[in-house]
Amino acid sequence: MSMLVSTTVNGDSMEFVCDASETLLDSLRDRMGMTGVKEGCGTGDCGACSIMLDGALVCSCLVLGAEAEGREIETVEGMSDGSKLHPLQQKFLEHAALQCGICTPGFLIAAKALLEKNPDPTETEIRYALAGNLCRCTGYDKIVRAVQDAAKVMNKKGKKA
Amino acid sequence: MNDDPAYTGQTFKSVGTRPLRPDGVDKVTGRARYGADFTMPGQLAGLVLRSPHAHATIKKIDISKAEALPGVKAVVTSQDLPDVTGGDRELLPILENCMARKKAFYDGHAVAAVAAIDMPTAKAALKLIEVEYKVLKHVTDVDKAVEPKAPVLHKDCFTRGVDPKPEKPSNVAKVSTFGHGDVDAGFEQADVIIERNFRTEQTHQGYIEPHACVASISPDGSGDLWVCTQGHFVFRQQCAQLLGMDVSKLRVTSSEIGGGFGGKTHLWLEPVAMALSRKANRPVKLVMTREEVFRASGPTSATSIDMKIGVTNDGRIVAGDATLRYSSGPWAGSWAMLGAMTAFACYDMENVKTTGMEVLVNRPKTTAYRAPSAPMAAFAVESVLDELAKRIGMDAVEMRIKNAAKEGTQASYGPVYGPIGIGPSLDAAKNHPHMKAKLGKNQGRGMACGFWFNFGGQSCTNLNISMDGSVTLTVGTIDVGGARASLSLCVAEELGIPYEQVKTVIGDTGTLGYNEMTDGSRGTFASSMSAIMSARKAIDEMRHRAAKMWEISPDDVIWEDGHARAAGDTNLPPLSIADIAAAAEKSGGPIAGHTQLVADGAGVSFATHICDVEVDPETGSTRVVRYTVIQDAGKAVHPTYVEGQFQGGAAQGIGWALNEEYVYGEDGRLQNPGFLDYRIPVCSDLPMIDTQILEIPNPNHPYGIRGVGETSIVPPLAAIGNAVSNATGVRMTHVPMSPPRILDALDEASA
Repeated sequence: MSMLVSTTVNGDSMEFVCDASETLLDSLRDRMGMTGVKEGCGTGDCGACSIMLDGALVCSCLVLGAEAEGREIETVEGMSDGSKLHPLQQKFLEHAALQCGICTPGFLIAAKALLEKNPDPTETEIRYALAGNLCRCTGYDKIVRAVQDAAKVMNKKGKKA
Repeated sequence: MNDDPAYTGQTFKSVGTRPLRPDGVDKVTGRARYGADFTMPGQLAGLVLRSPHAHATIKKIDISKAEALPGVKAVVTSQDLPDVTGGDRELLPILENCMARKKAFYDGHAVAAVAAIDMPTAKAALKLIEVEYKVLKHVTDVDKAVEPKAPVLHKDCFTRGVDPKPEKPSNVAKVSTFGHGDVDAGFEQADVIIERNFRTEQTHQGYIEPHACVASISPDGSGDLWVCTQGHFVFRQQCAQLLGMDVSKLRVTSSEIGGGFGGKTHLWLEPVAMALSRKANRPVKLVMTREEVFRASGPTSATSIDMKIGVTNDGRIVAGDATLRYSSGPWAGSWAMLGAMTAFACYDMENVKTTGMEVLVNRPKTTAYRAPSAPMAAFAVESVLDELAKRIGMDAVEMRIKNAAKEGTQASYGPVYGPIGIGPSLDAAKNHPHMKAKLGKNQGRGMACGFWFNFGGQSCTNLNISMDGSVTLTVGTIDVGGARASLSLCVAEELGIPYEQVKTVIGDTGTLGYNEMTDGSRGTFASSMSAIMSARKAIDEMRHRAAKMWEISPDDVIWEDGHARAAGDTNLPPLSIADIAAAAEKSGGPIAGHTQLVADGAGVSFATHICDVEVDPETGSTRVVRYTVIQDAGKAVHPTYVEGQFQGGAAQGIGWALNEEYVYGEDGRLQNPGFLDYRIPVCSDLPMIDTQILEIPNPNHPYGIRGVGETSIVPPLAAIGNAVSNATGVRMTHVPMSPPRILDALDEASA
């Protein structure tokens, strides 16, 4: 059965038609062109498809496309402010927190969700907050450092404002 | 022009700096296009049907109902991939693995595939394919497979490498022997000999991006393939051969690669996608699920290794003898051979012998995993060395320093070493603060060494100067860890211009001559050698252009800091690349440098790792609390990305040592084909991973570069094994050292 779904992605109103059984991950990738959202497992184990759904961090492979009706979605495509990268994006680059980059969109979303809740996390808090995202390239060292550094930058900015 | 690849000892301006990678912004914004992110007009959705049996004869496949389903455009079986290999020993197993022919050899072996207008239709069609199997006895265990009564996978498999040829077929496909001296005489001199069996379980490379491709075969016989791969030229060559096409008529474009670690050096899906496209006359996309990745793309070998080493009381290794059984799936590879070659490569030994046995089992076809086969052999060697050091009362590092191979040593696998890094890495370990740090309760420290050959081989590059003086380098090797940044740095260095002025891109197979794939840590080593030669050719060309512009002899033009300068006392102002490029139309046309070469002399690579673990004696759970990687990079072109290679390999090794393993049931089916049950390290499992880069220049590369990508996975199994053994007082001999296995070992020791 096909369904018409109205949703908001990165601030833009969007409509798409999907089968009732289709995952939000597939809807985002195949219907809305958001291929920055990655599929690594399809079972909620790797976090590559992480998005924000009404402000909650979820694996989009565990949500149905139909469930997006009337809700707000944030993906990696909406993370930068125009051409200005989000501090997490910038710090991931500077610290070489990515190699192949397939896990990066999910990590960025998960790290952003962490810093919104906990702007000054300890190393341990970062490690546990990101434990749902798998990276096979980096050994996580540089990812943790990037998040620590981004938190520092964001806190400084917050204080100035 | 200077086409000598020898190391010059020059000082560097660009090489050794840490600029941002050119592929970075696309990767943090979601723009980067991976295997599954590409779509062709009119594309169909493909799916593969896989055998649920570990070993079965395929009696009949009825595809008629699937073909009749509306929306289905093609159904293929092995009949649509006829054998045109002429019995080629490399190619035929690839074909047999891509699509089962008379027999299914493992749980997950492809038996048929469909292409349909959408995924729901393809899924429905898959269910309509009827396969009649006759289930056969199977064997998945590497030791059981060599027993005389084991079910034999191939009735025509007579062990190669033994004389005389065996009378009966078996699962031992090949025996490879290496070494020198007289091991029996060596053991006679030994004061202490330790002999043990070690086992390591099968692991998967675990790249986060599943295999994916889009194939389009036209009625005119030409084709396009978009694919995530470590080597698109190799994929083109093999796919064209398997499909019976002219190689030049197939264009392969490599996507951004979401991790490979060896697993994307091999064809799994691509010929099937091409066969579907050929039959449907439409483009077809095939993407593996994670379950398919585990069940049907090649993991590394499971091993069983008999290791015997003898030392004198003063710590000299007098003999080493090892028999290494490596599982290779249903077809022979070179995995046991590589294990036998690498086992003792760190040491200067008079008497050494290794025998590798390639063992066929009903598991997926083994393929490369980062320094393939070396970690398991190192686990056995380094564990026994640690135990020997303890027995003779010598420090484990000191004993290794005493026996370390050096320049002029004949390696256990044959060649004589040039300048190498094993000694320096051990010295660095000895002096590292980590070695002196205090340990807590239930903690133990271990260290171990590792070796990898590094490969060179065929590379081909184009360097084009744009009209504004900016530079494009086109390479044919896939960037898996930052090679585009490294290659841009090398070109910037050679031309004498800023890094930002150089853009490195990976060309499709239509743009360059054949390039071997990114394996054997060859990407930066081989392509940088070719890129440097391309830059030298472009410089030579620009000197001639400047000479023409100045109306002087080219011999009077020198190249310095990115400019042509007239030699001697002249008033001629230097010409930048932009100046020369702007005048190119009048001086002879576009300026470029093209190179093709065989990069010889990849410098061998050595590492020493130090590791502290804490073992919970109640649960058997082990935590790595500190980890240090010390490795020779030759020259670290981009030190941050070199550190990334060291850290990533160590993390994979930690997962292998403590958690990861393929678990097969009695029915021969894989029990844990997902990331929930096949658990790779997550962020909260690991500490920061410290690195120390050593730079012992490779004499065979202009900048002294060696490969850096693989060696870091070699020592961790042994380093952690030694650390756990030191923490618990029980020698660990079975990887992964998962909690149940550690508890069993503790129970056994206390019994």
